[in-house]
Amino acid sequence: MIALPPPKAEILARRPAILADLARLLPADAVIGEPIRLRPYETDGLSAYRQMPLAVVLPRTTEEVAAVLRYCHANGIRVVPRGAGTSLSGGALPLADAVVIGLMRMNRILEVNLADRYAVVEAGVTNIGITKAVEAEGFFYAPDPSSQLACMIGGNVMMNSGGAHCLKYGVTANNLLGLTFVTIEGEVLRIGGTHLDAAGYDWLGLITGSEGQLGIVTEVTVRLLRAPEGARAMLAAFDSVEVAGRAVDAIIGSGIIPVALEFMDKPCIHACEAFAHAGYPLDAEAMLIIEVEGSLAEQDMQLGMIRDICARFAPISMKVAETAEESLAIWKGRKGAFGAVGRISPDYLCMDGTIPTGELPGVLKRIGEMSARYGLPVANVFHAGDGNLHPLIMFDANDPESFRKAEAFGAEILTLCVEVGGCLTGEHGVGVEKRDLMGVQFTARELELQRAIKSAFDPGWLLNTAKVFPLADEARRAA
Amino acid sequence: MLPATEEEAAAAIRAAHAAREPLAIEGNGTKRAMLRPVQAARTLSTRALSGITLYRPTELVISARAGTPLPEIEAALAAHNQQLIAEPPDPRPLFGGERPATLGGVVGANLSGPRRIAWGAMRDHVLGIRALTGTGEVFRSGGRVLKNVTGLDLCKLLTGAHGTLGVLTEITLKVLPRAETSGSLALRLPDIAAGVRALSAALGSPFGVSGAALLPAGFGALTGCVALVRVEDFAASVRYRLDRLTETLGGFGEVARLEEAASVALWRAVRDAEPLAAAPEEAVWRLSLPPSAAPAACAALGRAFGAKLLLDWGGGLVWVAGPASEAAHAAVMAAAGAGTFTLFRAPEALRAALPVLPEEAPALAAIGARVKAVLDPAGILNPGRMRR
Ligand SMILES: Cc1cc2nc3c(=O)[nH]c(=O)nc-3n(C[C@H](O)[C@H](O)[C@H](O)COP(=O)(O)OP(=O)(O)OC[C@H]3O[C@@H](n4cnc5c(N)ncnc54)[C@H](O)[C@@H]3O)c2cc1C
Ligand SMILES: Cc1cc2nc3c(=O)[nH]c(=O)nc-3n(C[C@H](O)[C@H](O)[C@H](O)COP(=O)(O)OP(=O)(O)OC[C@H]3O[C@@H](n4cnc5c(N)ncnc54)[C@H](O)[C@@H]3O)c2cc1C
Repeated sequence: MIALPPPKAEILARRPAILADLARLLPADAVIGEPIRLRPYETDGLSAYRQMPLAVVLPRTTEEVAAVLRYCHANGIRVVPRGAGTSLSGGALPLADAVVIGLMRMNRILEVNLADRYAVVEAGVTNIGITKAVEAEGFFYAPDPSSQLACMIGGNVMMNSGGAHCLKYGVTANNLLGLTFVTIEGEVLRIGGTHLDAAGYDWLGLITGSEGQLGIVTEVTVRLLRAPEGARAMLAAFDSVEVAGRAVDAIIGSGIIPVALEFMDKPCIHACEAFAHAGYPLDAEAMLIIEVEGSLAEQDMQLGMIRDICARFAPISMKVAETAEESLAIWKGRKGAFGAVGRISPDYLCMDGTIPTGELPGVLKRIGEMSARYGLPVANVFHAGDGNLHPLIMFDANDPESFRKAEAFGAEILTLCVEVGGCLTGEHGVGVEKRDLMGVQFTARELELQRAIKSAFDPGWLLNTAKVFPLADEARRAA
Repeated sequence: MLPATEEEAAAAIRAAHAAREPLAIEGNGTKRAMLRPVQAARTLSTRALSGITLYRPTELVISARAGTPLPEIEAALAAHNQQLIAEPPDPRPLFGGERPATLGGVVGANLSGPRRIAWGAMRDHVLGIRALTGTGEVFRSGGRVLKNVTGLDLCKLLTGAHGTLGVLTEITLKVLPRAETSGSLALRLPDIAAGVRALSAALGSPFGVSGAALLPAGFGALTGCVALVRVEDFAASVRYRLDRLTETLGGFGEVARLEEAASVALWRAVRDAEPLAAAPEEAVWRLSLPPSAAPAACAALGRAFGAKLLLDWGGGLVWVAGPASEAAHAAVMAAAGAGTFTLFRAPEALRAALPVLPEEAPALAAIGARVKAVLDPAGILNPGRMRR
């Protein structure tokens, strides 16, 4: 278990007064204090960790967010920003002495400009909600995390979320133009705008992926793209992980950049097939899903080239979707992969390291050995084109020993990712989950430098404390 | 100073820090005439920190020391049929001089060319850096993998910081395969407003446009311009997409097609702002705007000083050339409106006297000063380069 810092006793003692103050700052229905109504906020997508917050506020405007931050800053009260709470790293986990600021009521689309290809939306608009607003005109917002029905653009910005299609379209950071950003002092800042590239420091780039450590985002200006004429997927199955990895290298090396290039190992194929009946080959050790875009003729041409490349690696089967429906069927299993694993095992931890793609066979072999050693099954599904792994470690949350082992197994995988030249997290963020592993990737001085930059925005360390950075030595001593 | 290793560079910075002695930071100094002049007795150049340190074509990554000349990197990539994604300009046509840009300089200035509109800016492809703080301490951010959200993204903070937050020593970039071929469409339009509408129609089509520029005909005159639209892909796709784009753009005027060789030459010229035809004594600005704001901005600049203009990024990037005067600069600042401007090239006296970038809101400037104090506590790295 990862430790949370001890709550500030004087803040806990002032809880009734703080709730009364917040109720004066905001409309009555925007402040939550009763335990039964706080319960839904006690955890996020990393549900093994739970903590009831001091209070939850649900502001509707940037001014209300600024008022709450000004108040918390003046009173030394910690703050935990929250979007939909789908973070898989515990990024939105409350603290006992913190006010959770939920952005879900800021859910309006403020402006759509198709001529200049951008939209201005509030932080609580869901990822899919942006695309829904513009798809009738043929446009879309590119980053597509699997959680896109629920997760919100503010959370996407703070986690710099990716998706299955980021090999071609990039992650959140590559698809933003501007933010409305509120500092811990309650100052409202405009970062960027509706144009490309800042003159001066790239604050937009620094804030994106900062996991709620630097301030609160209330509005986001995203780039919109015109959707391609069409897209189609194929799958290719191989009898070894290593051969599938070589096929991935050959595809990328050939000059084709598919829009998606996904990988599943045998346990994952079986779990997804049982769940989605997608027609996946159950005898395969590894399977690739490859998607291309363009007109029908362009799709045919590219799928033909990819099929020829895969054919050089003796696949045990290949299936090219002939229609959009067949394509959806191929994707159905992959999109439901987490749910599918959830059916086999009630609890799982989803890891998120990235490795150089050339290291893939060796890393998967070592993960298999660890699985045997810990006695916990693992299913591997990941974005093969960019080396972003998602090993799903299955365990039993009712057994503390099983959970302890699962966490140790996960830490060993992530340490291995760093050892082979990769990183701890490709898209889910550090949160609380990987906080204590930061020293594996960074030197003490590098972490000190990042902390000092956090301090430049939040000198009192009130914003999302105890996430991302290992608890400072002094804090640990006090604990 | 010309350190040949990162350790020598660190020692030089440590000594400068101890003596509180400002340093001008540069690669080959190609963009010395960009932004404000730096007041420093000594210059630290990273150009001897040179060489490619890692290149994995199948992983789409290349790492090189900051002083590596850009042409060396481009040649190594070309040998594997790959390329830099953001198409950074060659500074020589605008700034003169013989030596090419270094990788550190292009990243330090976040310079991107025409492909930025479709595939992202230089800052979007910086996967990892090694850099030295203003106290001479080495630090890393990012890494050598395509997806990485571990910790604060100092790669983006240092990219475009013009050496004021740290000295880059090594950079890892994402690269992509070079398309099999490319081709372009050109059409004459009555004015810039019609030109921007045509480019928006092209960029709003599903045909994967990777370049969208406007070359005003008869520079200075606001009547008449040529819109250029590029596609880069497999040969069959380029043919098909140019056919479909010809239909999309047919309503705007007569469309001519440029085959690969002519298209490549023209886009290289656009990348390097050659059609701007800025005279040596003239100042050059870059404005970034939402494209539909560009026509009014261009009209205002035409009225103010008969500006020479070149538009890229679908109209969102406006290159401006005109007299190196305070009055012209004031007109550019006003025309930038809610967008942003950079005084890209000007005589030293003008750059020293004027804001070369828009001012930041006071609360943001205060954060900026604190971040600067973290990375360069004595303020010795390129003092005054971006703002007074
Ligand atoms: C089934 C499932 C599948 C997923 N698939 C993907 C995937 O494919 N790719 C991917 O990248 N991620 C994925 N995720 C992870 C998660 O959905 C993303 O991290 C998402 O961006 C979180 O958005 P959210 O609105 O739920 O934010 P939350 O979980 O509420 O918050 C995320 C972090 O951002 C902070 N925060 C939230 N909103 C703001 C704001 N407005 N201002 C400041 N800070 C804020 C929070 O404090 C927290 O640290 C998945 C999660 C699940 C449960
Ligand atoms: C209330 C509170 C709670 C906190 N909670 C946490 C926590 O939960 N987790 C956590 O990790 N930290 C926490 N911290 C921060 C931590 O205790 C240190 O304060 C922090 O790591 C150092 O940042 P600083 O801005 O204070 O810089 P200082 O320690 O003051 O650094 C000194 C100076 O050195 C310079 N400097 C720093 N690093 C470098 C470098 N690499 N190269 C060159 N110059 C450098 C900077 O210019 C800085 O001004 C907390 C701090 C406070 C006040």
